[in-house]
Amino acid sequence: MAARAVARIGADPVELIAFYILAAIVTISAVSVIAAKNPVHSVLWLILAFFTSAGLLVLIGAEFLAMLLVVVYVGAVAVLFLFVVMMLDVDFVELKQGFLSYLPFGALMGIAFIAEIALATFARGDTADNFNPYPGAETNAEAIGQVMYTDYLLLFQLSGLILLVAMIGAIVLTLRHRPHVKRQNIAKQTARRRKDATRQLDVKSGEGL
Amino acid sequence: MDITVNHFLAVSAVLFTTGVVGIFVNRKNIIVILMAIELILLSVNLNLVAFSVFSGTITGQIFAMLVLTVAAAEAAVGLAILVVYFRNRGDIAVESVDLMKG
Repeated sequence: MAARAVARIGADPVELIAFYILAAIVTISAVSVIAAKNPVHSVLWLILAFFTSAGLLVLIGAEFLAMLLVVVYVGAVAVLFLFVVMMLDVDFVELKQGFLSYLPFGALMGIAFIAEIALATFARGDTADNFNPYPGAETNAEAIGQVMYTDYLLLFQLSGLILLVAMIGAIVLTLRHRPHVKRQNIAKQTARRRKDATRQLDVKSGEGL
Repeated sequence: MDITVNHFLAVSAVLFTTGVVGIFVNRKNIIVILMAIELILLSVNLNLVAFSVFSGTITGQIFAMLVLTVAAAEAAVGLAILVVYFRNRGDIAVESVDLMKG
């Protein structure tokens, strides 16, 4: 990684070709996410988009974020989406009916957005073309670790708090107490004593109770 | 020819626009809208990392990680709301979400 401080990304034509292939795949899969008829297919396209983006990040040397993208998005978020899509028993064919009627308006919004972005990008043309990443660190993950637990400690802890709140919120939202379901009452269980639960009988031999 | 930050900006502009169009086009399916939001956040992440790498400062990658955290939390809460809504209404059509007549 120290060699990368002087090398420029894409000087090797293979890297450039890889970039264009990955960019094409991520574009196609992103369009397929919103155009797929079946939401399960949408989720699968989304997973492909995340994977390909991780590849793009590896290409420019951000390995830690790339792996995080795979772990968090593909491992957690996409699987969560899949669970919900398959759990909700919805007639998805009917849900797609309005696609064509909303397409002109959506396309108009898209053209407006891309035009604004292009305008803003080309208005100032020059960008940094050389860089000196991670001084004093061997790898990308090490460089992130050096600042994340020192300079950005509070932000790091805050993100943990956000995750905690989201977890509690999701549990509270989806938890429901059904009536007529037998539940365990631990306080009642531990308060139970032998004299409440058992009794001694004098049973004569040869007879039942 | 090198890969510059502009290449990444172009890709993530396309991703962002696709996400926004997805929100407008899919008026009947909340799940796809949530996925479009994920696409938008992914494009933001790509931008942050690209700027971070090409400007030689690691800070952008920390920000990208925070965005990732918020995206995960948002997906969890959004899907939980969706499950509750489906349980109460029996469908997830966006157009029928007008109970409050806002």
